[in-house]
Amino acid sequence: MSRHTITVTVNGQSVSREVDARLLLVHFIREELSLTGTHIGCDTTSCGACTVILNGRSVKSCTAFAVQADGGEIETIEGLAQDGTLHPLQEGFWEKHGLQCGFCTPGMIMSAKELLTRNPKPTEEEIRRGVSGNLCRCTGYNKIVEAIEYASAKLQAGDDAGTEEATQ
Amino acid sequence: MTHLDDRFEQHTPAPEGSSENVPTGDEVRITTPSKVCGMGHRMKRKEDPRFIQGKGNYVDDVKLPGMVYMDLVRSPHAHAKILDIDASEALATEGVLAVITGKDLEAAGNLHWMPTLMSDTQMVLPTEKVVYYAQEICAVIATDRYTAADAVEKVFVDYEPLPAVVDPFEALEDKVIVREDKETKTNHIWHWEAGDKAATDAVFDAAAHRVEASIYLPRIHVASIETCGMVANYNKATEHMQIYMTSQAPHAHRTVFALVSGLPEHKIQIISPDIGGGFGGKVPVYPGYVCCAVASLVTGKPVKWIEDRSENLQADSFARDYHMQAEMAADSEGRITGLRVKTLSDCGAADAAANPSKFPAGLYSICTGSYDMKAAHVEVDGVYTTKPPGGVAYRCSFRVTEAVHMIERMTDLMAHEVGEDPAEFRLKNFIKPEQFPYKSPTGWEYDSGNYEAALRKAMKMIDYGALRREQAEKRERGELMGIGISSFTEVVGAGPSRDFDILGIKMFDSAEIRIHPTGKALARFGTKSQGQGHETTYAQIVAEELGLPAADVQVEEGDTDTAPYGLGTYASRSTPTAGAAGAMAARKIKAKARKIAAYLLEVGEDDLEWDVDKWQVKGSPEQAKTIQEIAFAAYTDHPPGMEAGLEATDYYDPPNLTFPFGSYICVVDIDKGTGEVHVRRFVAVDDCGNIINPMIVEGQIEGGLTMGLAPALFEEIVYDENGQNLSGTLADYLLPTAVESPKWELGKTITPSPHHPLGAKGVGESPTVGAPPAIANAVVDALWHLGVRHLDIPITPQKVWQALRDNGVTD
Ligand code: FES
Ligand code: FES
Repeated sequence: MSRHTITVTVNGQSVSREVDARLLLVHFIREELSLTGTHIGCDTTSCGACTVILNGRSVKSCTAFAVQADGGEIETIEGLAQDGTLHPLQEGFWEKHGLQCGFCTPGMIMSAKELLTRNPKPTEEEIRRGVSGNLCRCTGYNKIVEAIEYASAKLQAGDDAGTEEATQ
Repeated sequence: MTHLDDRFEQHTPAPEGSSENVPTGDEVRITTPSKVCGMGHRMKRKEDPRFIQGKGNYVDDVKLPGMVYMDLVRSPHAHAKILDIDASEALATEGVLAVITGKDLEAAGNLHWMPTLMSDTQMVLPTEKVVYYAQEICAVIATDRYTAADAVEKVFVDYEPLPAVVDPFEALEDKVIVREDKETKTNHIWHWEAGDKAATDAVFDAAAHRVEASIYLPRIHVASIETCGMVANYNKATEHMQIYMTSQAPHAHRTVFALVSGLPEHKIQIISPDIGGGFGGKVPVYPGYVCCAVASLVTGKPVKWIEDRSENLQADSFARDYHMQAEMAADSEGRITGLRVKTLSDCGAADAAANPSKFPAGLYSICTGSYDMKAAHVEVDGVYTTKPPGGVAYRCSFRVTEAVHMIERMTDLMAHEVGEDPAEFRLKNFIKPEQFPYKSPTGWEYDSGNYEAALRKAMKMIDYGALRREQAEKRERGELMGIGISSFTEVVGAGPSRDFDILGIKMFDSAEIRIHPTGKALARFGTKSQGQGHETTYAQIVAEELGLPAADVQVEEGDTDTAPYGLGTYASRSTPTAGAAGAMAARKIKAKARKIAAYLLEVGEDDLEWDVDKWQVKGSPEQAKTIQEIAFAAYTDHPPGMEAGLEATDYYDPPNLTFPFGSYICVVDIDKGTGEVHVRRFVAVDDCGNIINPMIVEGQIEGGLTMGLAPALFEEIVYDENGQNLSGTLADYLLPTAVESPKWELGKTITPSPHHPLGAKGVGESPTVGAPPAIANAVVDALWHLGVRHLDIPITPQKVWQALRDNGVTD
């Protein structure tokens, strides 16, 4: 088994590890880095529970090798809140009851984050398509859509005010 | 920006869901101010901060020092003799610690078999033959997951294939016997019936109208996004077995483990941490769990086992698989008079259903539904096939979905037979509000209901009359549009101990509340949330009863060393049983608080009255003691002769089940070219009695609706003739995404349960029960004029297209 030393920036912090060539990115994140917010729900790239943002794009980390992330930047759910302040998406999911068991939630939020970066004011239809790679078995999706709409509105309001502090 | 410290001020005052535009006359009752957040408040969930920040603690997140991993070798055959298992190459692999076979378990004290929840037996690991595809053959334990997975490939098993028995009707012919270990060599397991056969036959003889149908509810799988898993940690020095497990019923599982393994029950601790969805799939004890616990005993190390999704779909408990032959009778005025049903239940290789002991077919005899009729007779036979065992709920009370699907399809057929609109036909045949408590012909006593109110409300919300006109116009133009109704009655909250037990353990549930001196509380329950939001709703129940802010009530469940004994969470039983226990325990505390308040205020107990959060002197409310003041006094200045402290426990045995109900109306458009069904609108009016948290109730309903849509249009576990599972991954077994799931429109009526202490009923599963027939009825309604009378779910584009083609609509 060949081993490689990789260096990645995870939630703003640079880490280096020697890993097996076959180590999946999701296992690297969960087991090597103990960031267990990223989950595993399938073995066919279907559920999206493992979604993280790699170099600005959402990826299913069960379907990438850790070595493919070498030199890259990874964002996981653990990096979203800043100094005890929730990201508008986290706030939206809480406020709008966008989660029940919470298992799909980190992946769902990371997909939504990428969506809002690409398309800051998505329609309901675009939100539904935007998170269609993420399965949720609990919520029926209505409230997930509302949570993302909430975050979109809040981020817009923040941008309009030209400040990081969004209006209440 | 929201700061975490603001968490409990974030309570959103009550905007009423999407039902707001419809006058209800059924307001959610709120008796506490928002700082207390008792029942009826849309309190944001207390559990959410950890989940939205990736700080949940699910079984696969548990990491113990020295932990090793288990993986399972599974059978590539549905039915085969095991001639030999050669694990030598696996054992020679670096990092492999042990391989455990059925023979090893047998030698360790006949651990190779275990009881199922229905008092049948099931193999943990086989010694003679396998009886389903993907059956567990042996367990491999290694230092890490990858090595364990590699070693699984190095175990060589020599099989002699036997013919598979896939079709349950063929199984009844007993040409191939699935369970040769049994004394009687037959695949027939049990026969069960309810109702009065003679009276029903008489009603049918006298009937002016009769309809009949064969209805199949196929095998489906709960597919919670978290699969099943365990971390077992046996300490040889203390002889203590600590188990983290994806368990909906940790106490019951502890007792089963004690009975099976012989380990003393006080040395077993089961911790069910955060659970990523259950829906019934985490009620049974699977062979993998037993293997994992044995692996820890054998190696003396903590062992983790997490199943893959494909293992989960291929070997864990299925739901449904009911073949129903139903007949309905009506008189000349179009009143339903009787129902006669024969059902074959395909149990797979063991009767491992998660039903109460006395009910091999669960609560299926609720199948007369919302309609008043003279007589009914229901028969069910269970049969073995070479498929994985099971019979769990898939987010429904025991077998109620099967019952509701059948009665709602039959009601539609009869409406057409007598030439009435299905809504009018239902309104005419409903059990009337004044008939409650209603004794059903199969022996149930419905607690309360107002079926007409719910259906009328749904019709108004969706503008039923306008839809029928639109449909008529579209039909003229050759477009296919259908409207489907389902007016279901659920039966949840098992249950009264006279009738309900699992393996002999009565189905009560429990709560234990401790008020600390500073007026904060710890409340522990015998149930286990898997996303239902117990940490919030139970706190609201305590808040409602004692006036302590829900924010000050810490709710804990799932650790058998600390929680009071309970039967767990499934079948929508948490609110009806443990929720009631919480209210009763709080009332015991309130009674003691009254004595303390009387002592402190130097008045008689009878001079006091309760107001939200305090005992006050009647006629002079300024003389009062708040619950916080009383709590402090309970530890610092309690009356002489009284025990110190302020805590209580309650084991609640409900006097009856609760019967939530509702009416759903679904509108579908069908693409003639592809057969695709598009759900354009779906209005759901639910009545679950008094509501604890409307936001959470809406979430439960919306989630349940999507889990009702799923089997109606997409999901089915399919086997080929060799018993191979053809739907064993999420790429083959299709769960609805946000795109397929429509924007649900919710409404409600409120008819409290007369016997539940809070008037509540349970809600998590009603929509899964009620939605599939609304969708199926809508599709058949769209195709009725073409001659289509029934389509089995899932109603795939292929099935619709075939029906269109058979009727010359498409080519
Ligand atoms: S774990 Fe399911 S897509 Fe990655
Ligand atoms: S909240 Fe449970 S899977 Fe989405």
